[in-house]
Amino acid sequence: MDAMLQEYLPILIFLGIAIVIAAVALGASYIIASQHPDAEKNSAYECGFEPFEDSRHKFDVRFYLVAILFIIFDLEVAFLFPWAVSLGTLGVFGFWSMMIFLGILTIGFIYEWRMGALEWE
Amino acid sequence: MIEALVFYMFAGIAVASGVMVISARNPVHSVLFLILAFFNAAGLFVLLGAEFLAMILVIVYVGAVAVLFLFVVMMLDINFVELRQGFLQYLPFGGLIGLILLVELLALGFGWVLAPDAAARVAVPMQPLETVSNTQALGALIYTHYIYLFQAAGLILLVAMIGAIVLSHRQRDGVLKQKVSDQIRRRAEDSAKTRKVESGKGI
Repeated sequence: MDAMLQEYLPILIFLGIAIVIAAVALGASYIIASQHPDAEKNSAYECGFEPFEDSRHKFDVRFYLVAILFIIFDLEVAFLFPWAVSLGTLGVFGFWSMMIFLGILTIGFIYEWRMGALEWE
Repeated sequence: MIEALVFYMFAGIAVASGVMVISARNPVHSVLFLILAFFNAAGLFVLLGAEFLAMILVIVYVGAVAVLFLFVVMMLDINFVELRQGFLQYLPFGGLIGLILLVELLALGFGWVLAPDAAARVAVPMQPLETVSNTQALGALIYTHYIYLFQAAGLILLVAMIGAIVLSHRQRDGVLKQKVSDQIRRRAEDSAKTRKVESGKGI
């Protein structure tokens, strides 16, 4: 337990250094640089002309479909990791258990392929 | 010592960002604080020795679920004035759900105190981390001991996939698509003819 946590200590130190450097880079430029803000400087920069509309408009629902299909296959891959690690001790039962799981999701994959959900028109 | 400090750091930031999730005015900021809470929960999992869960939390929740939440938030018509309305109307219902969750959490915590021998009676006790890594211990259980739950998870994913496609996928009219098989099948004879044209006459 402690040995495992010691392996993670460099990551924690790395994280701390990264946060400090990021804070110094932003904070120093905020403090040291001379700032004379005005309305033109603070407005959003868009090359050449004024922005036509607010950038916060509604997104197409198709992005949502792509995201949710990505999550499902992401989870499928997440289930593959412990299976691959312990496959040696699982035996035939564990192997076919995973194959059924993959088969179920392959049905869904064929369905979405046939429905054209993967195509971007 | 360091372990305790790191625990309080992760736990403190997680609780603080959890408070910010429900109190931030901009829903997009709420989602970003949610991502921070996920990262800190992953840190807590590492402290518990559950490495695999920590990495899955980062990959699945931060990488995918948070992006999905962002999409959902961006699909909303972000009108802050309207979002504030109806707060008092939903307050009793939301408070009730919060209260039930609090009671359940307390019951879970006090359960271990009231019944000291409960740890020995769990269905599959946790193997010591020195002998078996977290990922291996999970792998040895999920696919054989908990096979029905595992297959149920697969079916739930299938239902989610089909449901998302049924709800949000529709054929759009007037879209020109490239059909490679049609292009390859097409022959010169189908589309072009060679004709002899007598001079001085048209066709």
